[in-house]
Amino acid sequence: MNAPLLRVQELSVEFAVPDGRTVHAVSGISFEIRQGETLGLVGESGCGKSSAARALMQLPPPTAGEVWFQGVDLAAQSGPALRRMRPHLQMIFQDPIASLNPRRKVADIVAAPLRVNRRLPEAEIAPRVAAMLEAVGLDPRLALDRRPHEFSGGQCQRISIARAVILEPALLICDEPVSSLDVSVQAQILNLLREMKARMGLTMLFISHDLAVVKNVSDRVAVMYLGRICELAPSETLYRAPAHPYTAALLSAIPLPDPTQPLKPVQLTASDLPSPMDPPSGCRFRTRCPRAEPRCAAEVPQPRDIAPGHQVACHFPLTA
Amino acid sequence: MVETTIDGTLAVGEAEGLAVRRRRRRLGLGFWLPVTWIVLLMFGALTADFWPMPAPETIDFLNRAAAPGTVGEIELAGESELSEFRYLLGTDNIGRDILSRLIHGARVSLLIGLLSPLIGLLVGGALGVLAGYYRGRIEGVVVAVMDIILAFPALALLLAITFYLGPSLLNLILALGFLSIPASARVARANTLSLARREFVLAAKAMGASDLYILVREIVPNVLMPLLVFSMLLVAVLIVAEGTLSFLGLSVPPPTPSWGTMIEEGRELLDEAPHITMIPAAAMCLTVLSFNLIGDRLRGLIDPRESRL
Repeated sequence: MNAPLLRVQELSVEFAVPDGRTVHAVSGISFEIRQGETLGLVGESGCGKSSAARALMQLPPPTAGEVWFQGVDLAAQSGPALRRMRPHLQMIFQDPIASLNPRRKVADIVAAPLRVNRRLPEAEIAPRVAAMLEAVGLDPRLALDRRPHEFSGGQCQRISIARAVILEPALLICDEPVSSLDVSVQAQILNLLREMKARMGLTMLFISHDLAVVKNVSDRVAVMYLGRICELAPSETLYRAPAHPYTAALLSAIPLPDPTQPLKPVQLTASDLPSPMDPPSGCRFRTRCPRAEPRCAAEVPQPRDIAPGHQVACHFPLTA
Repeated sequence: MVETTIDGTLAVGEAEGLAVRRRRRRLGLGFWLPVTWIVLLMFGALTADFWPMPAPETIDFLNRAAAPGTVGEIELAGESELSEFRYLLGTDNIGRDILSRLIHGARVSLLIGLLSPLIGLLVGGALGVLAGYYRGRIEGVVVAVMDIILAFPALALLLAITFYLGPSLLNLILALGFLSIPASARVARANTLSLARREFVLAAKAMGASDLYILVREIVPNVLMPLLVFSMLLVAVLIVAEGTLSFLGLSVPPPTPSWGTMIEEGRELLDEAPHITMIPAAAMCLTVLSFNLIGDRLRGLIDPRESRL
């Protein structure tokens, strides 16, 4: 088993809203990403996936918790020390068009990370940028002098990937990188990410609300619900034998590509996600959980191993 | 021949899409006519001293409030002897050549119209961008100061400046520039607020870029276009403002000609010699219309692309 590249401990992200209340976007999550693996992070919209990812990047820094990366706690760094670490963690965003400055040319956008970090002498930048564009499947002769609005969403995402990996980061965080793309383009971008990962030895954190996409790319998967991780397991195990009732409910809602098989989603007792400003006591899923009992309201379930590498935070896991 | 292609290379279809977009950017007569007028006006204002016509202060006592086309005898600029001269646009109520005053007066209108918004653009733009990017206390202070300037009665400020610093073109430009800072600051701040949340700014932070780099390379180029378009509209507003201020005696001091002063002076003879008022008013109207048309067209140019973001 590889050593962890990134270790997150008790990471919390809270936002103050104008009426004085606090949004508990992420509440004390802990996990590791091992060298060379892809960790998938799934959950409904608003469960804190993106907040967690941005907290890892220190954009903005988390409210509490530690982010250990290459022997340094990023959350404890600031100013120049943090800026020196930044090139090692790069990020790809959901909206490919908003990811690129509309007033800059592609050549300039992809070269920016090199220039900002003074990685290469000026003469070596242009050939490097051209090679990078080629690597992400764009023709440098056509792309270099154009601006982002002249490209499609998929092409913009390719440019974003080129910009993110040109620094050869150790960790690439993909925040819903294919969610706003057409299905056919999604597959191309996923393939490109896989290719880049193999070529550059990237470690990835892959965030998505699409279970099928996450299963496709991840070695291990963490399931988030309302700011907490409820289950973390190797991808194959998680999809075959989910232990947390929430994971089971999510998986049961995936339509099967077989019209004769009726879809039988697990019935939840309430359909709405509770407000992250006022999360339920104890287990946060209890308000919707078909297996909830009084203990779930009283006691926060701690993540525990039910099998090697399979963690679940539930008092009454399905496979126990 | 338009064929869907694998994602990653520019298809023929995309190239045609570009051509369509370029065609839409063509500017047309509604842009070039106003530009021609402004260019002529600037040329006139710059070269006014070298034209074979009387100086704007020279008075022909025999031809007061003369109709356009009247011929009189007057000293031309830079000469000491009288020579015969046709007043193409007539003379004003004390016998000065209206054409000469119109061309010299364009200087005042253009200087006020262009320099004051420039002050607003530079100072207000910088303050607005800083407030929108850094938020927090800087934003609080900037917004509060801008609100105070907006709430302060502009006329009282102009009166105070004229009274204490004396009436002069420079003071007027500075005062109007000061008053146009808050509006520009608001435009810049609003645009910066939405830009600073865009992913490309996050990406720049993630690659380790400094605040200065992000402000100069990522934010300002995107704020500049909407700010310029807004300033174009301010130009028109301020040219009209100069006209209004001359009625209160707050414009440039006589005998310096300005369009506002010319309109004001012609007021008494409006029924006998309406051309004294109407000619500068028409010049002002054309100029304001031109700046508005140019501003509208420029806004039309950046909007379709903005909506694609």
